[in-house]
This record gives sequence, C-alpha cells and structure tokens, in this order.
Amino acid sequence: MPKKGTKSKKEKVDDVPNEQENKLPDYLELQRTRVVCNADAPIHTQGFQYSGAFAAMGIDNSVSVDKFCKNFKIEINRLTEDYMEFDMIGIDASIANAFRRILISEVPTMAIEKVFMADNNSVIADEVLSHRLGLIPLDADPRLFEYISENDVPNERNTIVYKLHVSCPKNSQRITVKSSELEWLPEGSQLSMSAPAQSGDKQKTFTSFSQSQKEILEKPLGVKYKDITIARLGPGQAIELEAHAVKGTGNVHAKWSPVATAWYRMLPEVVILKEVEGPQAEELVNKCRVNVFDIEDLANGGKRAVVARPRACTLCRECVMGPNEKQVELRRVRDHFIFTIESTGSMPPEVLFTEAVKILEEKCARVISELS
Amino acid sequence: MEHGSLTDSTSSTFSIMDEDHTLANSARFVLNQDPRVAFCGYTIPHPSEKKVNIRLQTTGDAAKDVLKDALQNLMIMCQHVRGTMDTAVVNHRAKNAAEEMDVDQN
Ligand code: SF4
Repeated sequence: MPKKGTKSKKEKVDDVPNEQENKLPDYLELQRTRVVCNADAPIHTQGFQYSGAFAAMGIDNSVSVDKFCKNFKIEINRLTEDYMEFDMIGIDASIANAFRRILISEVPTMAIEKVFMADNNSVIADEVLSHRLGLIPLDADPRLFEYISENDVPNERNTIVYKLHVSCPKNSQRITVKSSELEWLPEGSQLSMSAPAQSGDKQKTFTSFSQSQKEILEKPLGVKYKDITIARLGPGQAIELEAHAVKGTGNVHAKWSPVATAWYRMLPEVVILKEVEGPQAEELVNKCRVNVFDIEDLANGGKRAVVARPRACTLCRECVMGPNEKQVELRRVRDHFIFTIESTGSMPPEVLFTEAVKILEEKCARVISELS
Repeated sequence: MEHGSLTDSTSSTFSIMDEDHTLANSARFVLNQDPRVAFCGYTIPHPSEKKVNIRLQTTGDAAKDVLKDALQNLMIMCQHVRGTMDTAVVNHRAKNAAEEMDVDQN
C-alpha cells in the first residue's frame, strides 16, 4: 500500500482541503476500523464516533442511513430450532449491544408466576419448589398472550394454568417428578376459592376463563423439555399444586428471559507482521492451541507460518506474549460481530431477534411521540 | 421531558424515563453521526432509578428536532436490519434445502 506522507498532511490542516482524497492515512484507518489487542491491553477501543472527527482532512466520518443500508450485511452460519449463529457486518457496537440487551431482558415470554399449593409433604420446601417451577421453559408463544396487571382478573388471554398432582405410594421406590407431569388445564383453574354459596352455583375458582384456551390456540400448550427434574418423592409423599403462568420480561426476573444467553464477539483478525520462518514458524504454530496458524512449505524447502483460521482465535494472546520481537498482531474488526442466540424454546432464535429489533423500534417511537 | 433554556433551543438535556443504556447508547451513536450535532452524551444519574439524561448540543438546529430525526433514523436502520435478517434466513434455508438434496442424490 502506498504510504502517504502523514507529516505533510498535518501541516495542511489549516488550508482549505485542496487534497480531496477520500481516504484516511493507514494508521488512522486502522484505529477507526480495528481494535488492536496488545499483550498488555487492547488499544483503540473507543473508535471515532463523532461525524466531524476528520473534517479537517476533508473526510466525512458520518454514517447516514443510506450508507448504513448499503453496507449492512447478515450472514447466517448455523440455524437450528433453538440455536443461531450469524455474522452481523457494518453495524456499530452500540446498536448490536442494544439488540443483545433487549434479547436478554426485554423480549417477553410466559413463565410460571403463581403457585397454589394444595399439598406438599415432600422434602423440598414450597418456596423452593415454586422457584423451580418458575424456571421451567414453557412451550407457549408469548405473542398470543397479554400482560396481566395487579388488579386484572386472570383470564384465558393472560394466564396459562398447569396442574401437578403426583404421589408416591407407600411401600414403593422413590420416584422422580419430571416436568412432563405438568398438565395443562385449558379450561382454567380447578381450585375453588370458597365453597359455593348455594349448591348449583358455579364454583368460584382462581381464574375466570370465558372460553377454553383450546379454542384460541392452535396447538396444545406444554413444557418445552419433558425431562426436567422438579422434585423427588419418597414413599407416602405427595405434591398437589396448580401453577399459573403469566407474561413477563427478563428485567423483572430471569425466568422470563427468552434466551439461555445471547452474545457476540468481534471478528478476530490475526496479522503476521513480518515473515516467520523455520523453527520460529514451528514455535508459533505450536503456541496456538486452537490452530490459527499453519505451516506453509516454501519452494526452497523452508517453512513459513501463515494465518489459516483467524476466526478460531480466542484471543488468549499466547502468540504475542514473551520477550521476543513482536511477530504477530491481534486485531478485532470493529463493525463485524459474530452474534449467537440460544433460545430456551418459546420462540425460534430468528424470531427472537426480529422481536428484539421491533422492541428497539417501539422504544424510539415512544420517545418521538413524547417529544412531539 | 426536555430541560433547555427558552432563548437557546440548540442545547438541551432530555430526561427519559423507563429507559437505559439500550436506547441511550444507540441514540448517542446515531446522534454523533449527525453533522448537525456539536456534542452528545448521556448519563444515568442513579443506577436504581429508571432514567437517562441525554445531553445534546447542536450547531444551530433545535436540539429537539435533531433528536427526533436521530430516533427516526434509528428506526429506519432497525427496519433495514429486520428486512436483512428475514432475507438471510430465507436464503440460508434455501441453501440448506438444496444441499440436503445434493446429499440425497449422491
Ligand atoms: S491469541 Fe491465542 S488463539 Fe489467537 S492466534 Fe494467538 S495464540 Fe492463537
């Protein structure tokens, strides 16, 4: 790459930028687009956010919407029912991070919130059992339900009722209660609040469903994983309870978080600064536990180290440590994110991502309407 | 809520309730990319209070309008992200389906 005299450029700062060259000098371009990870600490972590950062050089650092739309790319690497890994290219960390934060704490799901204990003489205490129930991922699409507020009556649009009734007979082996034993009650609660005043009156229960949930939902509701252990019962012990699931978000309690986790990392870039040959090449290749480097045989019988799999780099920095002269530079591409979403099952990961983006849009819309 | 002076509309602090870094940091990024902005930053006065203050000083336009434009731009960007994701998913599925068929044929 031809190196521009950076010195002469600096002197021209006060002049009208007659040199209308839309290119930053290499060292600034590097600072702008890469984070450099040295052995002691990463440098250039901040980047240049301000649109006029290079105005004096006649270079526009702004990202207009058009420019963003032109450069933005998504490439999916792996997509299964509950796992997605994709590359998000051409976006700033602040927005990528907003998506991640929303995925973890603001996309709603359904989770068990209230537990009505009719009987529990197992060794596991009521509150602990309730907590365990709360954390069980439910196979219910939260978009079909509404939030319930303090004074709302639980109805078929905001509450899902599950029943758990298991007992371990005397003189038998201990049994394990699994999540598959939670039974969905589409007609609502079966526990009566009080005895009916007159015989013939409809019993007053803890929910008031006006129609069966079977009619408003396409598929029966259940739990996502059938093999989660809820409790173990000894002979003569029993659990009888009713669990009410409601809609909520992860910032209230982690049980409502739709993701096991969502994270991203910046794309690693490993650069060999100057040729590494012979025994040094062997040494470098052996240093890296994840095989980022490979050996290339040279025509004259020598060996040379090359970067073969930079994506695998975990940034352990083993290759830049030590007293030797710096052979390798570790960088990260500032606007290239390897984003991973692990869903707990209420919605597939690609839908979760779309929902998260929608929530950010809603936030903007809310503030705009507040300002108007 | 906007705190500014009556005579100078170019610099204001916007106090937004029930928001956090999620919106404020993205908004700050978009605002900093706008050539009309001279300064922009945000703080969360207290971590247990659901509130952010966004400080915005412009080179001449009303701060409120600039913020509104920035949020509008952020929304357009989000829509584009959603669209791109949808196409990427469709393409990925199509590609995988094609690959599976290749495997079957072999
Ligand atoms: S930082 Fe670690 S993982 Fe990355 S290339 Fe160097 S030795 Fe390999």
